[in-house]
Formats: sequence, C-alpha cells, structure tokens
Amino acid sequence: MQDVDVRLTQVTKAYGDVLAVDHIDLEVLPGEFFSLLGPSGCGKTTTLRMIGGFEQPTSGLIELHGEDVTWLPPYQRQVNTVFQNYALFPHLTIYENVAFGLRRKGVKGPEVEARVTEMLNLVELPGYEKRKPTQISGGQAQRVALARALINRPRVLLLDEPLGALDLKLRKQMQVELKRIQKEVGITFIYVTHDQEEAMTMSDRIAVMNKGHYEQLGDPETLYERPTTRFVAGFLGISNLLGGKVVGAADGYALLDLADGTRIRVSAALVAGRSAVSAGVRPEKIRLNEETETVPAGRNLLHGVVTDVAYIGVSTQYIVEVRGGARVMVYEQNLERATKSELWSRGEKVQLSWNPDHTFVVEASPADAPNDDAAE
Amino acid sequence: MAAATTHPTPGEARSAGTRPRGGARGVLGRMADKYLLIVYSALAVIYLLLPVFVIILFSFNNPPGRSNFLWSGFTLKYWLNPLGVAGLGDAVLLSLEIALISTIISTILGTLVAIALERYRFRGRAGVNALVFLPMATPEIIMGASLLTLFVAIGAAPFFPLNFATILIAHVMFNISYVVVTVRARLAGFPRHLEEAAADLYANEWETFRRVTFPLILPGVVAGALLAFSLSIDDFVITNFSAGKTQTFPMFIYAKAKIGIPVQVNVIGTSIFLIAVGAVLVTTLASRRSNKR
Repeated sequence: MQDVDVRLTQVTKAYGDVLAVDHIDLEVLPGEFFSLLGPSGCGKTTTLRMIGGFEQPTSGLIELHGEDVTWLPPYQRQVNTVFQNYALFPHLTIYENVAFGLRRKGVKGPEVEARVTEMLNLVELPGYEKRKPTQISGGQAQRVALARALINRPRVLLLDEPLGALDLKLRKQMQVELKRIQKEVGITFIYVTHDQEEAMTMSDRIAVMNKGHYEQLGDPETLYERPTTRFVAGFLGISNLLGGKVVGAADGYALLDLADGTRIRVSAALVAGRSAVSAGVRPEKIRLNEETETVPAGRNLLHGVVTDVAYIGVSTQYIVEVRGGARVMVYEQNLERATKSELWSRGEKVQLSWNPDHTFVVEASPADAPNDDAAE
Repeated sequence: MAAATTHPTPGEARSAGTRPRGGARGVLGRMADKYLLIVYSALAVIYLLLPVFVIILFSFNNPPGRSNFLWSGFTLKYWLNPLGVAGLGDAVLLSLEIALISTIISTILGTLVAIALERYRFRGRAGVNALVFLPMATPEIIMGASLLTLFVAIGAAPFFPLNFATILIAHVMFNISYVVVTVRARLAGFPRHLEEAAADLYANEWETFRRVTFPLILPGVVAGALLAFSLSIDDFVITNFSAGKTQTFPMFIYAKAKIGIPVQVNVIGTSIFLIAVGAVLVTTLASRRSNKR
C-alpha cells in the first residue's frame, strides 16, 4: 500500500445516463509527475475533481496513501489543487491568498510569514505580498495559485489545465518551471491537460483518456513509439495507419499484407494473435528514396507519388500517395536536401521505407482496411 | 473636403472629414456640442436638488406664526433646539429604533433567503421566489390595510396591541424583499470556484462562508441594508396602519401638517440628509482607497 499515493478502483461518475468517468482503475506513485491527457469531455477533469473531493463518484473507491477518502470533503484531504482559472481570492492580498491554507490549519505568527516568503521565492515572486490578485498578470496569478497550494505541503498536488489561459511563450516557460518546482519539492503531481506536447514535456507517466476511460497508460516514449490504439496514435502526434491482414510469421515478426498487396513486417508481439490489424508508422521514421535507388534489405517498403510539399524550416513535410491509395505523411529533416531544387517535388515517384521495429500496431478499422477499394 | 474649409488647418481638415459643416450652422452645432449636455445636466440636477435645498433653507427660517412657508429671516435657534417640540424627539427616536432593528433583522434573514434561493434547489423554491417579490409589487395601501386586518384578527387587544412590535413586523416584512433582491444580484455572478478553492485549502463550510463568500457578497448586503434602512425610516402608509397609538417621525409630520409643520422638522430632515450624504462620501472614498492599494 505504501508505494501508491493515489489509487482509484473502479471509479465511475454518471451524470444522468451519461458516464463521464467509466470504471477507471489508476495508481499514481509517490513523487511522480502523472498526466491525464485527453480531448475535452473525456472525463479527465471529472477524475481530478473526484480526487480533490469536489465531486463524489457514483461508484468506486478513491484512496490517498491507503486511506479511503471517497466520501471526505475537500478540506479533509491532504491534496491541494491549482485551478484552471487560478481561483485566487480577489478580496485578499497575495500574502493572505498564499497563507490561506496555513491559517485554516492553525499555523500562527512567524511560521506563516517564513513559509509564505519561502513559497513566493520558490515561484519567483518575492515582494508581491501586498498586491491584490487584480494587480498581477496571468502568469503571475498562475504562480501564486501554485504557491498557495504548495505551501500546505500536500502529499499530492492536482493541477487542472493550469497553463490553459497563458500565451504560448509563457506556457513553454511555465512548463519548464513547473517541472523544476516539482523536482524541487518532490510532491506527486497529477496534471490534467488536453495539450499532448505539454503532457509529453513534463510527465513521467501519462494516461491518455477518451470517453470516460483511459486507452493507454505509460511513459511518453512508449505512448509515442508504441501506441496501442488508434485514438492514442492519433492524439499524440501524427501517425500513418495502414490496414493489413496477417498472413504469416517469421523471426519474431508478423507478416502483414496491405491493401495494394505489399507485404510488410511488424513485431509479432504487438499483433498478439489478431488476424486483421492496422500498422502504424510516424512520419519522421520514414525515409524517402528515388525509384532507382536500392533500399537496404529488411526495411518495410512502399511505393508512391509525392502529392504535397510543405517546407517548415527544420523539416519538410511531404504527403505521398502510396499504391493502395492511402496518403502517407513523411517528415524529412532538411539535412541532405535543403534548397528548393533539392527537395522532392510534387509528382515525383518515391520509395518509402522504414525499420520494421518502428512499426506499431493498432486495432483494424474499416477506414483503412485492405480489400477495400481504398483509393480516395 | 479640406479645400472646402476657409482655413484648412490639419485639425480642421480632419474633423471636416468626419462631419461636414459650414457657416453659421457649424458654429451653432459646435456650441451645442459643447454646452447642451452641460446645460441639460445642470437642469436635471437642479430639478432633483431643489426640494432638498428648500428644506435646508427653511430650517434656518424664522417664521412669525406656525406655518413655515414664507421666508421671513435667518435664525439658528431651531438648529440649537432641534427637539424643542412636544413629541418630536420620541417620534424620531422611535423611527430610528424601528429602522435600525428592522434593518438588522431583515438583512440577516434576507441574505439567508437570497443564498437559499440562489444556491439550492428545494421544494417550494418557486413559491418562495414569487412571495419575495409580492411586497414590492403590492400597493402599500393594500399591504397596510391587510396587515391591520391580520393584526386585529390574530390578537385582539390587550394581548396583541398595535405598537412597536407590529410596526417592526411590518417593516421587516417589506424590507426583506429588497435585501433578497440586492443580495441575489450579487450572488448571481459569484464565482463558485472560489468556494471550491477555499474548501481545497482546508476551510470547512462555515469558514468558507466567513472568509470568502461573505466578504465578496458584502457590498450587496450593505446595499440591501442601506436600502432597507432608508425605506423603513420614512415609511408612512404601512406604518400608519400598523402603529396603533404609537407615532413615528413621518406620522408626526403628517399629524402636524394640518396645523403647521414646525421648523424643527426641517432641521431633522436636513440632518438626516447630511448624514446620508456623509455616509455615501465615506464609503466612496474608502472603496477608492482600497482599489488603489
């Protein structure tokens, strides 16, 4: 029990007939930066609010460090929350905002002052004690909200899209800041966001949520390199999905026949005995070669025609229509080819190849199934 | 456009571009732009303040007889002896007592009713909602008459004489409505997440109310209380029905109107006006200072 900070067991939240959260099991480890990632309406905020005590689950169990808190009100839980809109008390100074939790716990006199000062230093806002929340910027309000929560030294800190209201540059800055503070104080963070990049940058582990449950849980690398569902593959970054039928196996690889009859190899472990799956590959994993070049043996190989070129700066994005009709996105670093004349151009015939180990496998779908007259 | 004006300075050229004008009409138009609003505003303010000014002025009047309608010389003697008419002091005191007590009771009850109506969905909520508006919508004369009927019906004297208590009950009744309406307006836009934040920071329900909810709705509560006080202190119609033999300040004035209102009434009226203006000034300054900080 001691090695888990937050445990959710079969937690469900229903609003009328709608299941906002659908039988979730979750374990968050001490000191972990854990993210709940998903589109709006996926149940991530409801899950967080149930951990914080602002909502009661319809059924299920919520434990904090082994103690059942399912029915405890927020003020009896050793967790604190950074709200999406900061929720600073407008009638109190920054000092009193930050000291609020300490005062409720009966901490008095010089200790309050010392801890408030320490916290404002941690979030790099010393000297702001006397101001009112209306007199600081959004980024500063966000840091005050963080200080106000952290000063109570909670076992777990809940963050509900805390960077949502900030502009892009400030958001990037705060991501780094948050990670630094989390390491410094060593508190478990549960972070809710719909921004996949934000989640990937900061998290130790991510649960990718969709329709009230999580589809996959893992560290950012695993989620990106080995998504196991179509939704996860699409939500984290861009992926090319190609439907195929499993026709055999060799050397730990499963052999997959795509729509155009091309045979590719994918890890047999990922296929896990299914007969029809979709193979996925990330755009940056694909290498483009001219038709006449010889692609090293052992790589998965497709043939296609470049239909779209977009020069981004660090890379160039190509859309290649492969023989079966599927359109494949390819990113190429502007390393060997950089000038316009060197880039692939529209209408050029190319070979696409990638390492079979870079192929992931998700469930099959009619959208990219073989045997369809897939051409769009 | 610039070429059409006689002195095409850059400034004129610009304004000519937005609004064409020429000759005498232009001058008149500009005069109107400048002064019409000022004149209009001044007239409105004079219209509003003239009666008050007359009351203040005639508190320094030195009338020869009982009636205080014609200016007949300046004196301070009524200001130096403001309660020097039999029954006036008692009436003022009674009005102040009733206004104060009914304000306190109706502010507390009204605030609680407002919170209940705004926050909770309970059986009979729609009914309460309608009932709260009733005292404001019903003509005072009807309210007063029905109150009198009620008081007489439920407690024939001497168990329930019409006096201080009945006036107080009547005032609390109509004051509550105004407090409920003002406090609800403040609660309607209340950011609920602040209460969640307080609960998150270990404040239980009572502490959340005391530390967060109440301070934030306080302006609405104060506004409701001020409204209640001013409604109560000058109420005549309802009070007249529920007062029995007791006499409030407005009733005193009404009684004296037949034989000539003593100058002291103007003195008391002026004092109340000055206190009200002073209170408004103090609160304005205080809020301005707290905003600046």
